[in-house]
Amino acid sequence: MSITIEGVSKRFGAFTAIDRLSLEIASGELVALLGPSGSGKTTLLRIIAGLEQPDEGRVLFTGRDQTGVSAKDRGVGFVFQHYALFRHMTVAENVAFGLRVRPRATRPPASEIRTRVEHLLKMVHLEWAGDRFPHQLSGGQRQRVALARALAVEPKVLLLDEPFGALDAKVRAELRRWLRDLHDATGVTTVFVTHDQEEALEVADRVVIINRGRIEQAGTPDEVYAHPANAFVHQFLGTVNVFRGRVQGGSLIVGEGDITVVRPHDIAIARARDERHPLAARVRQCGIAGALVRVDLALDDGRRAEALITHQRARELALQPGEAVWIGFDEFRTYAAPSPVAEPEYII
Amino acid sequence: MRVLPGFGLSLGITLAWLGVIVLLPLAAMCAKALGLSWDELWRVWSEPRVLAALQLSLLAAALAAAINLITGLLLAWVLVRYRFPGRQLADALVDLPFALPTAVAGIALTALYAKTGWYGEPLAGLGISVAFTPLAVVVALTFVTLPFVVRTVQPVIEALPVEIEEAAASLGASRWQTFRRVILPELIPALATGFALAFARGLGEFGSVVFVSGNIPLKTEILPVVIIGKLDQYRIQEATAVALLMLVLSFIMLTVIGLLQRWAQRRAA
Amino acid sequence: MRQTTEAPWVRVLLTALALSYLVLFLVVPLIVVFHEAFAAGWRVVWDAVSEPDARHALWLTLLAAFCSLLINGVCGIAAAWAIARFRFPGRRLLITLIELPFSISPVVVGLLLVLLFGTQGWFGPWLIAQGLPVIFAVPGIVLATLFITFPFVVRELIPVMEAVGSEEEEAARVLGARGWHILWRVTLPNVKWGLIYGLILCGARAVGEFGAVSVVSGHIRGQTNTLPLHIEILYNDYQYHAAFACAALLALTALVTLAIKSWVEWRQERALRRAQAAGGIEG
Repeated sequence: MSITIEGVSKRFGAFTAIDRLSLEIASGELVALLGPSGSGKTTLLRIIAGLEQPDEGRVLFTGRDQTGVSAKDRGVGFVFQHYALFRHMTVAENVAFGLRVRPRATRPPASEIRTRVEHLLKMVHLEWAGDRFPHQLSGGQRQRVALARALAVEPKVLLLDEPFGALDAKVRAELRRWLRDLHDATGVTTVFVTHDQEEALEVADRVVIINRGRIEQAGTPDEVYAHPANAFVHQFLGTVNVFRGRVQGGSLIVGEGDITVVRPHDIAIARARDERHPLAARVRQCGIAGALVRVDLALDDGRRAEALITHQRARELALQPGEAVWIGFDEFRTYAAPSPVAEPEYII
Repeated sequence: MRVLPGFGLSLGITLAWLGVIVLLPLAAMCAKALGLSWDELWRVWSEPRVLAALQLSLLAAALAAAINLITGLLLAWVLVRYRFPGRQLADALVDLPFALPTAVAGIALTALYAKTGWYGEPLAGLGISVAFTPLAVVVALTFVTLPFVVRTVQPVIEALPVEIEEAAASLGASRWQTFRRVILPELIPALATGFALAFARGLGEFGSVVFVSGNIPLKTEILPVVIIGKLDQYRIQEATAVALLMLVLSFIMLTVIGLLQRWAQRRAA
Repeated sequence: MRQTTEAPWVRVLLTALALSYLVLFLVVPLIVVFHEAFAAGWRVVWDAVSEPDARHALWLTLLAAFCSLLINGVCGIAAAWAIARFRFPGRRLLITLIELPFSISPVVVGLLLVLLFGTQGWFGPWLIAQGLPVIFAVPGIVLATLFITFPFVVRELIPVMEAVGSEEEEAARVLGARGWHILWRVTLPNVKWGLIYGLILCGARAVGEFGAVSVVSGHIRGQTNTLPLHIEILYNDYQYHAAFACAALLALTALVTLAIKSWVEWRQERALRRAQAAGGIEG
């Protein structure tokens, strides 16, 4: 089922959470809504689910207007950030809930409910936990129960609010891959909200970057990463160095109007000045950052920058704090201000 | 080692205070009760008047607590979930039965439910008389125990996460199904605690009941009135026997309430 | 509009039901008191509350209330300090014993005192011989009120003290403050709303106590009658309007109590939120 969002706005008092936002989500797509906290991404998800009513605009499912259709009749599966499991019910009862509350005419017989619950629990690798209560499970297991519960009603759309936000790093990585597999297996249109760019880029077919209630950019992970539409997107998709000004003829010219964004691994460091390394800098500190080495630099006018180089390159250079080096930008983008990026020259 | 000072002093004061005011009188009671033989106890407890009073006290307290279970849940729900003018005033008024002296409540209810009263007259027209009947005991106990269920359930409703209701809605549950299957089970420990508190208070209540019930032996007499009657006749032994019965009931209720509260706390954790 | 609420007509219906129940079962009885009191005019009300017996009853009521506020207040603070700040064997039992008076019927409380201080009681004969009777005298009334209102202050203080935590007191101790200093300068200011709340409940209950006092007082007019007992006597004497006039006086104190209580609750909530916010920043 496809989702169409047409000019949707939502205000909470004086605060505009969603500002005339339009978006098309194709049937069977796996879309990430990515944005900083307060950007309106969760509100958008809740509007799609019918948990919130837009002040203007409308939401359509496969062309059918959902305005006035309550959450209970929309046929969406919603997975809450903190799972919202029913704590007085066992895992199996939680999963069966959506089927058991159906009107008698459309309710499957008890035996069928049981087999469906068993099937779903097997799918989320929790077939052993049917008789447990939610509080007896770990965070990752609860999240999977919440997913099974949402899938039990065979939703046409699956919505997940920060699905892995409350979990530790290792479980997160595991569940990400697993969500991707699950989506590929069921093919249900899925939208998930996250503030973690890595998560969005890794899992989604398409990433929608939202800021201040508007879409900054929407595209495949490759598109948005390689061609950020503006400085905000560029900055939001990973650690970057942000300079006020424009790079021209080998030197950084400070200017009011422009903003140059450089990713740390696009900064090249050399001992001698040459065409590729035209800017003077001083090494402040070096440190290992996993597969790469992080170099904190100070430009000659005092600005700071962060570079990531390979271990091999680091050994070749043998940098010491305080040493003078020459740097250049292998790749950078300059955006016209004003932009949502504020004053800081150096952002981690 | 204890960092803070005053442990010995404060505990000493506490024990002295508890000992003189509460434990000493209870000890006197126990000593007196030990002086009674089983036969004596049994004779008093099986007096028709005592049995009738026991039955009335238990039934009326249970009925009043049951009424409060429903109205208390309704009040708590409306006060927590809905916004309407005068909500805070209504919320403060719930505590009126705790603040109002029971004797005042007693004569007010009598004036209201007597045959010529504002409620008594129309009710008499319907063939229902309240004042000086067992029904009067239920009415008085319902009045004085009204705050218990409201005040135990209110914080639990306040603390209910909105998400579980949203989850139920997104799974297709109607509002009524959500209430019955998701919200109500969460409230049961608090409801049970409120019921038990109201019941325990109802068993011992005196001031509000004596005026409106008429204290007719075998008919509208409650256990505390029986004790007073025996004391007035200087039958201290018999009064003690009845009081012992009430104390046993109190201790049972105290244990039940303790267990319920622990259950409710475990649920909340 | 939130999606997880009832249909508008359900909300209106439930609110109307709840409010009419409150009005019919709580407000109307209250109105009846004032209505019956003033039915015969201001003059009767004034006479009823200003006659010597009524004035003496009022004085005795206030005396009993004052004693229970003072003793249960001071000892309540001590008990809350011991229970909230220290862990010791028997602590749970102590809490249960402190709450015990709540679950004992007032009439039974009166009987307990008769067994202790009556003519056949443990201390009764000796005290009577010393010219210090307790039963059918003022001390009995005070003791009964003390017993009934025993738990109010401690019960409110313990959770507040536990919520506030003992870090500030430990800090004061480390800075060299003495016990009394800690109590006056740190603990009491931190828990003052809980303390006031407990005292209000204690006072309200003390003023209105009927069952226990009724057993031990002997109903001697102008001597051992508290205001609730005075109302009973007037009522049974068919001095209907006078009884309701005194009842109106007590009802008024109840309303004032409710008003103060709501205000204190509001302050207490605010103080607790602040304490928690401050704790959150530190830790």
